[in-house]
Amino acid sequence: MTTPTATGALLSAHDLHKTYGSTPALAGADFQIHAGEVVAVMGPSGSGKSTLLHCLAGIVPPDSGTVRYKDRDLSAMADAGRSALRRSEFGFVFQFGQLVPELTCTENVALPLRLVGVHRKEANARAREWLERLEVDDVHDHRPGQVSGGQGQRVAIARALVGNPGVIFADEPTGALDSLNGERVMELLTDAARDTRAAVVLVTHESRVAAYSDREVVVRDGKARDMAGVG
Amino acid sequence: MSISHTLLGLLESGPRHGYDLKRAFDERFGHDRPLHYGQVYSTMSRLLKNGLIEVDGVEAGGGPERKRYAITDAGVTDVAEWLARPEKPEPYLQSVLYTKVVLALLTERDAAELLDTQRAEHLRLMRDLTRRKKDGDLADQLICDHALFHLEADLRWLELTAARLDKLAKEVRR
Repeated sequence: MTTPTATGALLSAHDLHKTYGSTPALAGADFQIHAGEVVAVMGPSGSGKSTLLHCLAGIVPPDSGTVRYKDRDLSAMADAGRSALRRSEFGFVFQFGQLVPELTCTENVALPLRLVGVHRKEANARAREWLERLEVDDVHDHRPGQVSGGQGQRVAIARALVGNPGVIFADEPTGALDSLNGERVMELLTDAARDTRAAVVLVTHESRVAAYSDREVVVRDGKARDMAGVG
Repeated sequence: MSISHTLLGLLESGPRHGYDLKRAFDERFGHDRPLHYGQVYSTMSRLLKNGLIEVDGVEAGGGPERKRYAITDAGVTDVAEWLARPEKPEPYLQSVLYTKVVLALLTERDAAELLDTQRAEHLRLMRDLTRRKKDGDLADQLICDHALFHLEADLRWLELTAARLDKLAKEVRR
C-alpha cells in the first residue's frame, strides 16, 4: 500500500478498523480520492460502506487506522475539531430527511454559510445562485414540505455545494427518486462537483448511479477494493 | 457460449469419454439445448488437432472404440485465459457467465475474481453509455437507456451470484 500522502490524494484512509459491539464493520479498509474525482462506493447491505463514509467524513472515529484530509489527520483530532472541519470543508447529501422543515429552501441552502459566520444577506444571495444553478430557484421561498422529492434533493445538493467544500459525501442521493429525477440529480451533482473541483464520495447500491463516477470501490466484509485496475 | 471451451473446462476436472462429456455438459449447461453427439466428436477432433487435449486411452467394446480424452497443459492454459477474459457486456450474457462461474468452481479457480473482472467491464461500458447519453440527443438517450437497463440487470445477477458463491461451490463440487 502506498502511503496516502505520497499519492497526492485529497482524502485518504489507511487500514481502517471499526467494530460495533461484536460486529466488525470495517476490517482493514483503504481508500483514496483526489480533487475533482467522483468515486462510487458500492457493496452489499451490511458490507461496511456507510461506516466507511462516516469514518472518512469524521462523523465517527475508527477504532484504528488513519484518515487524512489534505495535511490533517482526522483520526487524531478531537470531536470539536472534526466538527469544525466538517462544517468548513465537507458537504453532505443523504437519501432524505436532511432539510430543516421550518426554514425556506433559500435559508436551508444558506445555513452552512451562516454557521461559519457569513452575513445573512450574502449567504442568501449565494444560496439563490446555487438554487438557480440546480434548476430549483422557483421554489426558493418554499419550505421543504412544499416541494417534490426531486426538488428537495436538488436543494440539498445546493446546500452541500454552497460552502465550496473540498469533499461532498453523498449517501444514496437518488434512493428516494424515480429514474428521470435521479438521473438529473446525478448530472447536476457531478457537473457541479467537477466544475468546483470538489471530490465526491458517492455511496450507492445502484450501478446506473455508479456509472456517473470516475471509478468504483467495492466494500465487502469490511474491506474496500478499488476496481479501477481490475480486468 | 463457447462449447469447445466448456467441454475443455469439463475435461480439466478429469479425463472422460465423449459420451460422459456430453452427459456432463447436458446436466450442467444444456437443459434447454442438449448437445448432439456430432458436436462433441467434431469439437474433440478440433481440440486434438490443436493440441489442447489428447487421447488418454481407448477401450474396445462391442460397438465402436471408446476414446477417453484428457486435457493437455496447453488446454489448461486455454481454459484459464478464457475464464479470466471478461465477456463483452451485452444483453443475455447470463448463460456464458454462468458456465464460466461453474467451470471456475469445478477447476478450483477464483470464481469471485472472475465475477469482479466482469463487473468492472460492465461498469466501464455503463460509464461510456452514460457519457454518450449526456452528450446525445433524445434518440441517443433512449438507445443508451435500453442498454443501461440490460447491463444493470446483468450486474445485479453478478452481485447476487457473488453472494451465493459458497453455496454454488458446494453444489457444483458435490
